[in-house]
Formats: sequence, C-alpha cells, structure tokens
Amino acid sequence: MSARAFLAFLAVCALIGLLGFGLLNKGEAKIAVGDPAPDKVLPVLGGPGRDSIADYRGRWVLVNLWASWCIPCREEAPVLDRFARRYDKRGVTVLGINVQDNSDDALAFLRENDVRYPQLRSIGDERSAAFGSTGVPENFLVDPQGRLALIWRGPVDGEFLRKQVVPVVEGRS
Amino acid sequence: MRSPGTFMSLCGTKAPFVAVLAALALVAFTPPAGGAPQTSINDVEGEVMCPICGTLLELAESPQAERERVLVKRLIAEGKDKTEVKHALVAQYGPAVLALPEGKGFDLSAYLVPAIAFVVAAVALAFGVARWRRASSQPGGDGAPADKGPSGDDAERLERDLARYDL
Repeated sequence: MSARAFLAFLAVCALIGLLGFGLLNKGEAKIAVGDPAPDKVLPVLGGPGRDSIADYRGRWVLVNLWASWCIPCREEAPVLDRFARRYDKRGVTVLGINVQDNSDDALAFLRENDVRYPQLRSIGDERSAAFGSTGVPENFLVDPQGRLALIWRGPVDGEFLRKQVVPVVEGRS
Repeated sequence: MRSPGTFMSLCGTKAPFVAVLAALALVAFTPPAGGAPQTSINDVEGEVMCPICGTLLELAESPQAERERVLVKRLIAEGKDKTEVKHALVAQYGPAVLALPEGKGFDLSAYLVPAIAFVVAAVALAFGVARWRRASSQPGGDGAPADKGPSGDDAERLERDLARYDL
C-alpha cells in the first residue's frame, strides 16, 4: 500500500470514528435498578449553598425531576409533599431536582403548591441526561447506600407511593 | 469688578430663568427609569433557542417558550443589553440556549473547523487544477491540443455542412 493510500485510509477511519463518537454521545445515559444513582453537587434552588444526593446517604431518597411548566408535576407536587412530611421520621427524604426551567418560575411553583421538601436546581438538562430522562416528571428511589432501588418515568400519585415505594422503604418487598 | 450688590441683583433677576433651564436639561438628559431598552425581544429571539422545544425561540410557540420570552422581556425592561440577556439565559438554561456557539474554548472549533476545511479544500483544488493543466499541456496528456482540427472524412463533412448553411 502506498503512503498516499495509507493516509487516505487513515482519514476515512478518522471520519468514521468521529461519526461513531457523535452518535454514541447523542444517546441518553442508560441506568437500571441496582446502579449507583447519578449524582452531582448542585445549587440549592432559591437559596445559598449546594447539595447532592450523596448528602442524604443513610436515608432513602425519592428523587423527583420536575419543571414548573410541566402540568403533571403540578398534580404530583402536593402528593410528594405530604409523603415527605409523613415519612421524614422513617428515614425517607423527597428531593426535588428542578430541570429545564428558570429559577423564578420554579420558585413561584413551589410557593403556589406549598412544597417544602428540599430542592436542587440543575441548569439546562444535564441532570435529565444523567438519569436518561425522556421528560418530566420522573422519579427515582435511591437506597441508603446510594443505589437505585426504583425507577419510575412518569408522575406518582398516592396509590403508587403506597404500593410501590412504601413497601421498599419499609423492607416489605 | 462687580460689587456684591450687583451679584445679588443678577442672581435675583436671572435665578428663575437659570433654574428653569437647569430643570429642562435635567429632564432632557435623564434616562428613563430602569435604563433605556438597549435591545428588543425580536433582536434576541433570533439568536437564542427554546432548549426544551429544540427550536429557535422566535419559531417556538410552546408554553415553555412563552415563559422564556417573558423572562427575556423582563431582562430587557431592566435595561440589559443583548449580551447581558444572553448571559442571563445561559445562567438559567445552560449553554444550549444559545443558537450560535460561543467563540471561545471548545465552541471556537465550530467556527475554526469550517474555515480550516475551506482553506484546505481551496489549496487542494488549486493544486489539482495546476496539476491537471500541466498534464494537459504535455504531449500525450489528457487534454486535446487546441490547434488540432478534424481531419479526413470529418473535415470534408464539416465543409459540406458549412457550405449548405452559407447565405
């Protein structure tokens, strides 16, 4: 093979590699029950300081990805708030992560719905991508060791929490 | 030199006039509350995305886009210029909100790569053309010599055809 042909071959390989890299990076993250929960230190929504899922290690954490423009999020927020208050003393924390939103609208949403569980803010859709999210709301139950125990890509209601989440956190499943 | 009395009388007669002039100047040169708008919603909409919709904000009509538009209008009303509005949007929605990548860091490659590719293609084309012309001008090259006309039967047929169309 001549040097010129070899260079052309290398150029074609580089181009194919670049296309492959682009396609692989375009795909959303794949996560499954048992995997470590995707985590990152994020700013606290509407307040000073930063926080992460790891800061709640030793407790069950129900991570809720939401946005103020999402109608189902508006319906599930009061349900999650009641659940958070009821199960706080039983070692469960509900942790909201606001995504794809602007902070003023997000804070107005929390005020309107009287939501009091802790909230973090992800700028853009970085956290949504890390959770392999396809929309909002989505919910992820993280066990006290930081592993995913439940993945629910959609809104939760009281019945779902009673039948799917409570048995897990109480060790009945 | 004016006496203090003259000065006082000058002040006394012209003071109201000077005060009115000063007040008019103040009104004329005071910017409106919050600063004059330095950009417009139309100006910004064409350069930012609705990140959730995946389209330019000016083309998006979803509720999310409307909220982003409200935010942009508020920032403009606060007197922010286009760059400041864009910075505020990036702080809220991340860099994906910008329709055009920023001209720094890795994003600079979005501008450099096409420019470099264009230069490389132009140089390659120039070399290719020069080589083809060299090959054409050599005997036995790919191109046909310009002075070589038809010969034999072709030449006779051409003459007959041309004679037929002589007026």
